[in-house]
Amino acid sequence: MSNHHLITVLVEDKPGVLARVATMFARRGFNIHSLAVGPAEEPNLSRMTIVVEAPDVEQVTKQLQKLINTLKVVELSGTDAIEREVMLIRVNAEVEKRSSVLDAAAVFKAKPVDVGATTITFEVVGDPQKLADFLELMRPYGVVSLVKSGRIALAREPKARNLRAIG
Amino acid sequence: MERISISQALIKALEFEGVDVMFGHPGGAILPAYDPLYDSNIRHILARHEQGAGHMAEGYAQATGRVGVCMATSGPGATNLITSLANAYMDSIPIVAITGQVPTTAIGNDAFQEAHTWGITMPTTKHNYLVTNAAEIPDVVHEAFHLASTGRPGPVLIDLPKDILNTEVVWHDPTGVVDLPGYKPTTQGHPLQVKTAIELIQQSERPVLYAGGGIIASGAHAELLKFAELANLPVVTTLMARGAFPDTHPLHLGMPGMHGFYSAITAMQKSDLLIAIGARFDDRVTGDPSHFATGAKVIHVDIDPAEIGKIRKADVPIVGDARTVLGQLLARLTKVLGSDDPPARSGWMETVSGWKSAHPISSYEQEPGGLLKPQYVIEELFKTTGGDAIVVAGVGQHQMWAAQLWKYTKPRTWINSGGAGTMGFAVPAAIGAKMGMPDENVWAIDGDGCFQMTMQEMICAATEGIPVKVLIINNHNLGMVRQWQRLFYNERFSASELTDHTPDYVKLAEAMGCAGFRAETADEVAPVLEKANSINDRPVIVEARVDPDEMVFPMVPAGGSNDVVILSKEDLE
Repeated sequence: MSNHHLITVLVEDKPGVLARVATMFARRGFNIHSLAVGPAEEPNLSRMTIVVEAPDVEQVTKQLQKLINTLKVVELSGTDAIEREVMLIRVNAEVEKRSSVLDAAAVFKAKPVDVGATTITFEVVGDPQKLADFLELMRPYGVVSLVKSGRIALAREPKARNLRAIG
Repeated sequence: MERISISQALIKALEFEGVDVMFGHPGGAILPAYDPLYDSNIRHILARHEQGAGHMAEGYAQATGRVGVCMATSGPGATNLITSLANAYMDSIPIVAITGQVPTTAIGNDAFQEAHTWGITMPTTKHNYLVTNAAEIPDVVHEAFHLASTGRPGPVLIDLPKDILNTEVVWHDPTGVVDLPGYKPTTQGHPLQVKTAIELIQQSERPVLYAGGGIIASGAHAELLKFAELANLPVVTTLMARGAFPDTHPLHLGMPGMHGFYSAITAMQKSDLLIAIGARFDDRVTGDPSHFATGAKVIHVDIDPAEIGKIRKADVPIVGDARTVLGQLLARLTKVLGSDDPPARSGWMETVSGWKSAHPISSYEQEPGGLLKPQYVIEELFKTTGGDAIVVAGVGQHQMWAAQLWKYTKPRTWINSGGAGTMGFAVPAAIGAKMGMPDENVWAIDGDGCFQMTMQEMICAATEGIPVKVLIINNHNLGMVRQWQRLFYNERFSASELTDHTPDYVKLAEAMGCAGFRAETADEVAPVLEKANSINDRPVIVEARVDPDEMVFPMVPAGGSNDVVILSKEDLE
């Protein structure tokens, strides 16, 4: 993960802004590991959370800043950030294994959201490590399919540092 | 209130921006915009190819400092503009391109002459627009001119669907206030960094001021001269900065880079402090960056923060406009020096001027009856014009000789395609330059390979009455390709030879409505050039048939270290 950097970008919510960001990444040879976009706190603004693979994150942030529709770029790697990701994961759960799967999932507060004849689908919310750990736990049962939302993140307020447990 | 069509509003918006000339080529989707142009005071120059229209706008912008405007239709019209947009983006040239688009109802349907112009041009423009809301047009045009000409200048494209062009709106003057929350270029350098920069400069024993195209873009040449003199700094001017500092000045060490002056290359290599202003550590300047000026600290001034630290780490980064920051540096240094002199650095100054006199650029010999040397022809052109001309070059050997041998003393007298290396740039860019500076003697110095790429624009020059002059350095080869094949590909001249006597450039000139002359021997050169200089009622093409084996030196092979400069053919043996 040494080349991975976490960046949030506040952009104007205009048609094509995502294309501008993606085109710039492609042109400059930066690799997008994950990307999540949604409306931000004010109308007409969107916030992107990007995990990027690049040797020099400063170039990434500067090139992002250079786009006319970009308002603010914050690099969160190495700073105190709240990171979340949602994963939907469908695992094999034949009748005889079902309670074992559910027990294991309970430890991670994974929520069963769909139950089929031979599978259970869980919703897991957490930081990337939690999702990775849960995936490892489920592998022995057989993972049928999974999808991740892409990471979202916000910088922590400096004053909240002592109250970290809340987050 | 009177309602006008978007097409009329577009032309009105261009007039509002003070546009006096535009370069373009009509076609289906842009036809509505061409109709009100018929009644406008804006002069339209009909290029013979959209790439030509784009380069004309660039030549106009580089000669005048004002925004150049070009216009094309949808599909192939727009794709033909891409090369000029990419060129303008690389060399930070302020142009606004207007393209027609298929009607909004047809976008995405693979309609006739549809291309995804907006998407295609995204990576080759500073910003671009696809206008879908007709009422925005006056403000979009105003914004486009603002973006093109401020901060780091560059190309901006406006794509206009045909149905939008036909919509009617109530005209409103653009408010003049551009509201772009994400675009606030920093022009003023940080005072603390300016202070640190002056400290480093005062302490430096072997400084070099590395002046780039940003000096010309920001009009900082006068400040540069004052600062270099006050601080007693040797100066190098990059390919994009030729003319930013007088070649005739004792502090000037010449052009650095792959085909630069030994004095400029070596001074940078041995320097302990590089003061880069409006320059970007391009690979053609640095060679292998890991071996470039390894002992030097770096002060880097640029209006584009992304250029600082991109190639070379800066010890003192200063984001700001070259002219403004040079003003700040001048003020600070004046204060620090008081009534003292700047450091004399006599050892260093003697060393660099020693290099300069020991290794002058010119290393050819013109024998009276021998093959014509390209360098001789260019030096003769300098003499016959008294150096009083705007020189526009294509790309290749002729470009390097024109950059090396001409003595530039003023900004905006040297126009070339630096970053993109666009062959065929010279002819259309010269036409644009002449439109912008009609009283100047505009000479394109071109290669035969380059000329054949865009020569049809001479028809445009002739029919529109634009008396540019073109000197074709005809070595009937793609000279720089041939040079590389000679040096690095065992003289296997694959696909680099052009035909010897075809075309006949004199006949071609006449057929295109231009005067045509030819020089084949040394004594023919000056008289032919004198004749060309005396013609001002039509374009002139002068063909000089030169030695195809002449090579450009000095040379630092691509990717090599700037410690190893090949000075001449003899160095290779």
